[in-house]
Amino acid sequence: MAIPENKYFFIDPHRCIGCQSCVQACSECDTHKGKSMIHLETVDRLQSPQTLPVICMHCDSPTCAEVCPADAIKRTEDGVVQSARKPRCIACNNCVLACPFGVPKMETSMDLMMKCDMCYDRTSIGKKPMCATVCPSGALHYGTLSEIEELRPRSRTNNEFRFGGQTIRTKVQMMVPRQSPATHLDVADGMFESPADEADDAMLSGAVFELPTVQ
Amino acid sequence: MAQLPRDPLEIREQFGPHLAFSSGSRLDRGVEPDALVKTHCCFCGQQCGIQLKVKDNEVIGFEPWMEFPFNRGMLCPKGVKRYLQGSHPDRLLRAQLRDPAAEGGFRGIDYQDAIGRVAKQLGQLQAKYGNDSIGMLSGASLTTEKTYLMGKFARVCLKTPFIDYNGRLCMVSAGAGNKKAFGIDRAANPWSDIVGSEVVWISGANVAECAPITTSYVWQAREQGAKIIVVDPRITPVARTCDLFLPIKPGRDVALFNGVLKLMIEHDWLDHDFIENHTVGFEALAESVQQWTPARTAEVTGIAERLIRQAAEWWGTASTSFLMHARGIEHHSHGVQNVLGAINIVLASGRIGREHCGYATITGQANGQGGREHGQKCDQLPGGRDLADPAHRAHVAKVWDVDPDELPPPGVDAYELFRKIDRGEIRGLISLCFNPLVSLPDSGFVARMLDKLDFYVAIDFFLNETARHADIVLPGSLQEEDEGTVTQIEGRVIKINQAVDPPGEARQDWRIIQDIAAALGRPHGFTFNHSREIFDELRRASQGGVADYSGMTWEKIERQFGVCWPCPSEDHPGTPRLFEPGTPNPIAGDAGPFYFPDGKARFNLAEYTPPTEEVDAEYPVILTTGRVVSQFLSGTQTRRIGPLVDQYPEPRVEIHPRLAAQLGIQDGQWTTISSRRGELTLRAMVVKTIRPDTVFIPYHWAGKQSANRLTIAAQDPISKIPEYKVCAVRLRKAASPPANASDETSHGHPGK
Repeated sequence: MAIPENKYFFIDPHRCIGCQSCVQACSECDTHKGKSMIHLETVDRLQSPQTLPVICMHCDSPTCAEVCPADAIKRTEDGVVQSARKPRCIACNNCVLACPFGVPKMETSMDLMMKCDMCYDRTSIGKKPMCATVCPSGALHYGTLSEIEELRPRSRTNNEFRFGGQTIRTKVQMMVPRQSPATHLDVADGMFESPADEADDAMLSGAVFELPTVQ
Repeated sequence: MAQLPRDPLEIREQFGPHLAFSSGSRLDRGVEPDALVKTHCCFCGQQCGIQLKVKDNEVIGFEPWMEFPFNRGMLCPKGVKRYLQGSHPDRLLRAQLRDPAAEGGFRGIDYQDAIGRVAKQLGQLQAKYGNDSIGMLSGASLTTEKTYLMGKFARVCLKTPFIDYNGRLCMVSAGAGNKKAFGIDRAANPWSDIVGSEVVWISGANVAECAPITTSYVWQAREQGAKIIVVDPRITPVARTCDLFLPIKPGRDVALFNGVLKLMIEHDWLDHDFIENHTVGFEALAESVQQWTPARTAEVTGIAERLIRQAAEWWGTASTSFLMHARGIEHHSHGVQNVLGAINIVLASGRIGREHCGYATITGQANGQGGREHGQKCDQLPGGRDLADPAHRAHVAKVWDVDPDELPPPGVDAYELFRKIDRGEIRGLISLCFNPLVSLPDSGFVARMLDKLDFYVAIDFFLNETARHADIVLPGSLQEEDEGTVTQIEGRVIKINQAVDPPGEARQDWRIIQDIAAALGRPHGFTFNHSREIFDELRRASQGGVADYSGMTWEKIERQFGVCWPCPSEDHPGTPRLFEPGTPNPIAGDAGPFYFPDGKARFNLAEYTPPTEEVDAEYPVILTTGRVVSQFLSGTQTRRIGPLVDQYPEPRVEIHPRLAAQLGIQDGQWTTISSRRGELTLRAMVVKTIRPDTVFIPYHWAGKQSANRLTIAAQDPISKIPEYKVCAVRLRKAASPPANASDETSHGHPGK
């Protein structure tokens, strides 16, 4: 069995509510029971409850596999990049360091790189991945392109990412606002905090309040 | 003699909370389960469909149930990990007798011996102090069959008026408001009506954390063009990307609704035909809201005036809409007024009883809806009937085969029941599915009242914090160990299926109640052999009432993926949407659709009064309380599930950086929060997502981490709901970590 060609995985960070249902459900998957392969990133809790689920993007030309000196990381013909193969993995961490999305994890207890395999045990027999099944907000969705276009008219899909000179195409699709242009982000922009603009702060601009006088 | 038998830490060592993680067959790959049981989650009122994987009489995991239409496989983290409550090391496998000499303060005794002791104690107290000397506390996470039996047991077996339930902390403000306005207490619409509405208004509901699956309906509505308005003192995950966020000051919701109604009137954003033909009372209300100018509304609610005007315009000019609210507007000493204010802007818009025109309170507990319909509430009989109404008493007495005059009068609310203990009027207590020491406000008072009891018997599957005070604990059942029905958020009655048998000497709760009745020598009416027989009697008891279940069978419920009440005959499909034009009902007959004799809905004056405890120089900050996604209510179950505890291990106090700066408190620092009733020391969580004049603490924890040590026992005069959402506190940086810093958060392994 294989994953049907028309089935895609979609991530919609706009919808994420940070509930960690995906994280908890991932550890119930039969191939890696007890270990979750999802990273749920809290962007900046001081500023906002924004969170972002990170799963493997399943690149067409996976950097993790390209840098693997032991040829331990395989991509299936239906496009799923697998966890490292146990007999080959030398736990060198090359993949962990090289992945532009920060996905692979080194399981030091097993000397093995493990990562999201898009629930291959489920998706290859026609089921949805565990995380995209349980996600209560639709931030993770599994289905066809025509289905997502009908369900999410405000968004479009994107599966091309540029990191410096490297362009990466992925099997997993990121949902972005339909009207927004492709943007170039300088990583350094995020490293320094600019003074908060209160007009953009939903709480400070919307609340009428008095602070207590503290004795 | 209901005092703690040993030091709490010693009791905890023996009985938990300890943390369960997956191990054994729950971690093995490729285990072929014996069965996949289609049932529902045991936690919140959404009641998501789930399949439990069963192997050797143990629930070892779950598999999504894609066909159940409400959630279509979706689950929150609590649903995903709920299976870990089974086979738990803390599980009570035997009856426990209070014994200060025993390790942990209790020793296991034979079940029948325990039942005999309970009957003897209850019998002696009733002989000495009268039938009214026994109180009962029940819960809304129980199946409807159990809640029905609890109400019947109080009235028929114990003949005491004093039963109430933990829905008192949850649904009663909405229920009272709905009955005043519509004559019926149920969410008016199926959730499918959310998708397709033009405006979704969410007041006082942290949808993402407390009703996570509802998020998918809200987001899908937005994809199809809806504007989302969120009113909350915090930027909750749903508020983060809503279209309009109104950062309300806790306790001021009715002022906002009145202000919006005034703008609707001023701009003629009204449905005059609907108001004229289907409502009464608009003129008086219109007059009363004239004082709520945008400027005054802004001043009272703490929301910028432009946001109030924008919300009113979107709401006023929409052609379809869905308004939902939850405990955020209901947990107040004027909770019913807040609810009436919300209903008033719905009725004035005329947008109810049609597709995509909806109104609902978001039910909290698993059976928050069914648990408030069939007689465990202090003033109520099955079918939503009234214990004070002679005709209602006669109907139910006939089903129960008792003299109507023997039924006791209405009793008192759950908190008043504790005040009756204080006055020596209630001497003995039976509790099931209620952990008041954690969940009631001013918990220091609750602890002292437990200590005053002559006799307390708790029925539970774990030794929760309240049950630690019990003389005898009877080992009850988990949801997956019994069969029955619950009524979820949409008024949909669904079927809970049994996956495993209760372990050891644990029993299904309704059997325990029947065993007590038999031991008391009063078995008449308590000889059911199966929970289905209870349901069949409940159908007859509810027949002709507002909450009419008489046309439902368990088979029909499973076949249809649930049946929405009212369902008055077996050929009736049920009623997903209330108030459709022309639909009859038992109160109005054909004059419907509303449940008053003239078939018309009521506008009610919704008056603003400030919270009972306003901030002042001594206690200058507002405290509001609520939930986090990975824990549920008093935490009896979820504080024992390792992965859920890991997700949010201990309560933190959320503080805005402006307030934190003034107090000299930094993120992560130990902070002491004091009210007139108690104090706690918790770590600070400094976030820009809360009003600067307000702090927030989640309430799922016990002992020195319990938010309810601070909260005030003020109650709404109509619904008797406690004011969990506002009290006055002061904060200071703690000199050192609290002594309980490592004790209270449970880790490690059980001592038995």
